[in-house]
Amino acid sequence: MTAILDRKDAPPADLLIRSAHVLDPRTGIDAPRDVLVCGGEIAEIAELGSIDLPGGCEDLDASGLHALPAFVDPHVHLRTPGREDEEDIASGTRSAAAGGFCAILAMPNTDPVVSTEPVLSSLRERARSEAHVPVGFLASITRDLAGEDLTEMAELADAGAIAFTDDGVPVHDSNVLRQALQYQRLAGKVLALHEEDPSLSGAGVMHEGEVSAVLGMEGVPSLSESLMIARDAALAKYEDGTIHVQHVSARESVEAIAAAKADGIRITAEASPHHLCLTHEDVRELDPARFKMNPPLRSEDDRQALIEGLKDGTLDCIATDHAPHSREEKEQPWEAAPNGVTGLETSFAAAHTTLVLPRVVDLATIVERMTSGGETFGIPAPRIEPGAEASIVLVDLAAEWQVGDAGYESRSSNCAFAGRTLTGRVRMTVAAGGVAYRERSFAIGAVA
Amino acid sequence: MRHLISIADCSREDIERILDRAESFAEVSGREIKKVPTLRGRTVINLFYEASTRTSSSFEIAAKRLSADLVTVKSVGSSVDKGESLKDTVQTLSAYDPAAIVIRSPHVGAADLVAKWSPAAVVNAGDGKHEHPTQALLDLYTLRRRVPALEGLTVWIVGDVMHSRVARSNILAFTRLGCRVTVCGPPTLIPRGIETLGCEVRHTLDDVGEADVIYALRMQRERMKGSFVPSLREYAARYQIDSRRLGANQLLMHPGPVNRGVELSAEVIDCPQALITAQVESGVVVRMAVLYELLTGVGDDAGGDGPDPRTRAAQASEPQPA
Repeated sequence: MTAILDRKDAPPADLLIRSAHVLDPRTGIDAPRDVLVCGGEIAEIAELGSIDLPGGCEDLDASGLHALPAFVDPHVHLRTPGREDEEDIASGTRSAAAGGFCAILAMPNTDPVVSTEPVLSSLRERARSEAHVPVGFLASITRDLAGEDLTEMAELADAGAIAFTDDGVPVHDSNVLRQALQYQRLAGKVLALHEEDPSLSGAGVMHEGEVSAVLGMEGVPSLSESLMIARDAALAKYEDGTIHVQHVSARESVEAIAAAKADGIRITAEASPHHLCLTHEDVRELDPARFKMNPPLRSEDDRQALIEGLKDGTLDCIATDHAPHSREEKEQPWEAAPNGVTGLETSFAAAHTTLVLPRVVDLATIVERMTSGGETFGIPAPRIEPGAEASIVLVDLAAEWQVGDAGYESRSSNCAFAGRTLTGRVRMTVAAGGVAYRERSFAIGAVA
Repeated sequence: MRHLISIADCSREDIERILDRAESFAEVSGREIKKVPTLRGRTVINLFYEASTRTSSSFEIAAKRLSADLVTVKSVGSSVDKGESLKDTVQTLSAYDPAAIVIRSPHVGAADLVAKWSPAAVVNAGDGKHEHPTQALLDLYTLRRRVPALEGLTVWIVGDVMHSRVARSNILAFTRLGCRVTVCGPPTLIPRGIETLGCEVRHTLDDVGEADVIYALRMQRERMKGSFVPSLREYAARYQIDSRRLGANQLLMHPGPVNRGVELSAEVIDCPQALITAQVESGVVVRMAVLYELLTGVGDDAGGDGPDPRTRAAQASEPQPA
């Protein structure tokens, strides 16, 4: 099953990428190579200097750069339709391209919600004229995210829904989720789940722990997430379904997922760069634009558990949960500001700076987890090998940059890493055979 | 000090300097004409997003006794009612060039935001359930007048710690001055992780006899909803400070307003060990001392872009009758 993504037409790339260090954990290559891309396909990978530049092909000097398979993000909010002031398909996919992504999946919690075929079809049509990288759209599990009646899942699947999710809110009614899992046999498609028990979250606005106690803010206990994961894993087992756990934040959750996997349940899970790199200690700054999201930033112990889960494969992929918000919404006291931070443009650099450079996780593992996000949804991970459609990101692993200094491609600036100095910069992204992004300072090579 | 936003930002020296200053203002308050010219020509804005009687009125009286021009803005009946954001309200009020803004808000961190958006000195008069630093200062002041030294005292803070900004500021303030602090209340009303502030946690009053000071918190009736406590009756039976539980050598404090018959029994409110009325009286002089501290630049030796704080301190007149 290969899912169909939508993008606007892009001319197929003809590039000779010279002298990049090519790293692809799936093909096992980890060496300096020249890579020839012809008509959007990888034609040849060879020793340095051994490929002759074909006519009409750009000669790209990539010495000092790494060529990695481009990233796949299964969790993005494009805010369209309804909040085009925060993000639209063009700006969101430009942001994705600038972050090195060659494919993203958009969440359905828009206004109107992607609960019906006409909304889904109109979004797909717009993506075919606006999207800089291929986009897949998820539809909601329940109508208008109300948690009560199922959407027409089979028809939505036929119309191209990549998967189903009520992201933003949990499917709190156990029987509704059970029926969605039963219906999955008809519709196919994974159920992606926002795991949270609303009765335990209450009016919580941050992780429940020492910091919430000191700040006097209502906390969301880790249990709110892990209990629902355990429930949903049991439901998936009983109905023989397939589920994907979104934005895992707590140690107990990693343990619940590991137990479910050990039990043979078809369950995958993602973690966000902000949960892997930041903790509730950052909330002391009381800046909701950078640090308020749901699930909340948790403790250092939770963060360590996420890192371990990422390394041992309990967590299958890194997903940004890119959630743009307008400035006026975020320029409020913490408790009044909405949840969500942006992350497409900083995901790789944050993981590289916080996890790879201090040798906590090796680069190949980060690349693997940043490219595998589509697999559970039928989107194969890109590979750097002859015959493959070219989805390649060129990164400068030594380049330091200050986040937000030069603005964002996204329409919103509520980035979790705003103001931080990160190391690792995307210079160019080739997505599904076409050049989707090229940094302004990155020289265009001569065309033969 | 530039702002008073959190007791966590105050050193022991800062606190003691403010309390000493409050002592000198107490002398002024004893006079027939209770006014000094210190802040003449300067404007203080009271910005209150929550109902308040004692905090708001004592800040008003404090500012007026220092001869400041005072404007009080309450959310009801102001542009806030029309949906104006906190940022726009603060920037609008800042256009009047106030020397200080006193802010009370239901939201944690509101005072930090005001300090970010306005050039005025900011006093936190309560931000959500986070902090209420002037309450903590007036409590220390009240206690210091009654007992010779705070160092080594044992203080029990009893009641709804979870929803209390007074508790958080007071745990920090009492421990800064060398007291041992224990918080006590039903497990549903003690937040996980409160020990981080440097206090012990108990759930019964069995050992309350060890306390030199019992600080009872207000049990808000709206907390009776949900399942924080099953009933007022059970709460009172276990946590009410009454004449049986209050020892002869123990002092009793409460931030007010008191729910008679809930956290305190009627007889202890009026007993000689109760400092409750003295706490209210202290509100004015301590808030005078806070405004004086922030607006005359005393203790501010960190430099900055204004005139040399020492020069400003020297120029600022010592309390004198108007």
